[in-house]
Amino acid sequence: MRAGIVCPYTWDVPGGVQQHIGDLAEALISLGHEVSVITPADDDADLPPYAVAAGRAVPVPYNGSVARLAFGFLSAGRVRRWINEGGFDVLHVHEPAAPSLGILACWAADGPIVGTFHASYEKSRMVSVTAPILRSALEKITGRIAVSEAARTTLVEHLGGDAVLIPNGVATERYAMAEPLPGWRGRADAPHGSGDGGALGFLGRMDEPRKGLQVLLRAFEILGRRRPGLRLLLAGPGDADDVVSRVSPELRDRVVVLGLVSEADKVRAYHSVDVFVAPNLGGESFGIVLAEAMSAGAPILASDIEAFDRVLRGGRAGALFPAGDHEALAAAAGELLDDPARRKQLSAEARAAVRAYDWSAVARDVLRVYETVTDGRPRVVESGLGAP
Amino acid sequence: MSYDWIIDVLFWIAVVFLVGVYVSWRATRLDRLHVRVETARAALDAALVRRAAATLELAASRLLDPATSLVLATAAHEARTADADGREFAESDLSRALRAAVDQPGFVDALALHGGDGKAVLEELSSAAAKVAYARRFYNDAVSQARIARRKPLIRVLPLAGRAPLPDFFEIDDDPPGI
Repeated sequence: MRAGIVCPYTWDVPGGVQQHIGDLAEALISLGHEVSVITPADDDADLPPYAVAAGRAVPVPYNGSVARLAFGFLSAGRVRRWINEGGFDVLHVHEPAAPSLGILACWAADGPIVGTFHASYEKSRMVSVTAPILRSALEKITGRIAVSEAARTTLVEHLGGDAVLIPNGVATERYAMAEPLPGWRGRADAPHGSGDGGALGFLGRMDEPRKGLQVLLRAFEILGRRRPGLRLLLAGPGDADDVVSRVSPELRDRVVVLGLVSEADKVRAYHSVDVFVAPNLGGESFGIVLAEAMSAGAPILASDIEAFDRVLRGGRAGALFPAGDHEALAAAAGELLDDPARRKQLSAEARAAVRAYDWSAVARDVLRVYETVTDGRPRVVESGLGAP
Repeated sequence: MSYDWIIDVLFWIAVVFLVGVYVSWRATRLDRLHVRVETARAALDAALVRRAAATLELAASRLLDPATSLVLATAAHEARTADADGREFAESDLSRALRAAVDQPGFVDALALHGGDGKAVLEELSSAAAKVAYARRFYNDAVSQARIARRKPLIRVLPLAGRAPLPDFFEIDDDPPGI
């Protein structure tokens, strides 16, 4: 399969869509397919070997923030040439509703076109004035993919029709290995004696009640008293002082709040704790944090909400406790801390289970979409001028 | 003063020309939507045929017990031979039969014991079932956009749709088995 992938945002500035495209392109290439990515970028930009620059991106206000997009005659000409010379079996346009290369590519090409929709927003955001302009370009897309239920809802509300759901992949190998953070011993294979009580970890918005930090803090009130050496490592956006003030004074020196951490420190945090706790109360469709912790091989203790139950294979790849029940959390965490064999087993099962969410699995599903839309159809060609 | 009528005529020629361009653009757009529906329908039919073929292959593979083989072979045969009215029901029945067979406890592991053969048949089936779900979404997506376009007043008043029938959604249970 020869796929031409269109990235709407400049490659020079990191972002979710660019990351998605890079991971997908690499997974497709490693499966033996040919991939070319066209993206807004300067001609001398440092691009991966599969990417082609379509010219400098211009910062413009779009959809409530400033996005760096490429449009105009120069970019349109480059996209046309890329399509003409590419000989692609399928064109894969990301965020085709953005006023950038995606819509230019839809305009310039005829043939099997797949569109992936990433963004989700409220109805009022996208002005309906743009709908008729977009429609004639978007109608050329033969297969639509949404990366989340929210993105799919947005798409259906704004443009009608439907899309298949293929969620983002997890770059599991990025989390697989790391040194523990300084001052943390990392996962131990022995039961925890009185000197070292082990460590529990949490990652997520600390001021968002649905993430369930309050449940974990209440469980720590019980556990911390019972286990003198036990420490709690918290990372994620939110007010650190506020969190510490919610802990009893005698336990405060054992609660470490990192706040917002860098990507590298996040990986190290997963490797610093004995049990990673996900006490969410609901509202999660997948739980990217959980998938990251699984990739890192952290033994997991999670609330039994539907999404977690599914990802953790009904408790095989991570222990579950009734959502919101801090006493059950404390009891289950205590058992795990006392049982190194069980932690080791959960760690191995988690690493195996998370492979289903790896980029190679996403690439397999995307390939199935490619095969569905290209079935019996000629490859992508440049469309006649002026015929959108 | 005496040239006023020329300006009037030019004005009306311009109006007729613009209306003509607009109507022809709308007709082209509608035609493109119809073509998209037909292409998507062909892809969906191909995906359904392939799924039935993969099911028959599994049923005939001697990897299964005879009862499961019989259930799958019957469902696949019904789906292949159903007439237009019974098609959606027969394809839904095939989806259910596949789930009933594959979701038996230990089914996937048992097939994996047969080494490469079992794995290849399962992989083929899982891919065929996923593609049915994708192709059906894409077809219904195309149908819904064609139907919206057909409802527009201009299209209703002028015979721009030609003799193309109003396309129908294809509604089946296509949840794939958990392979």
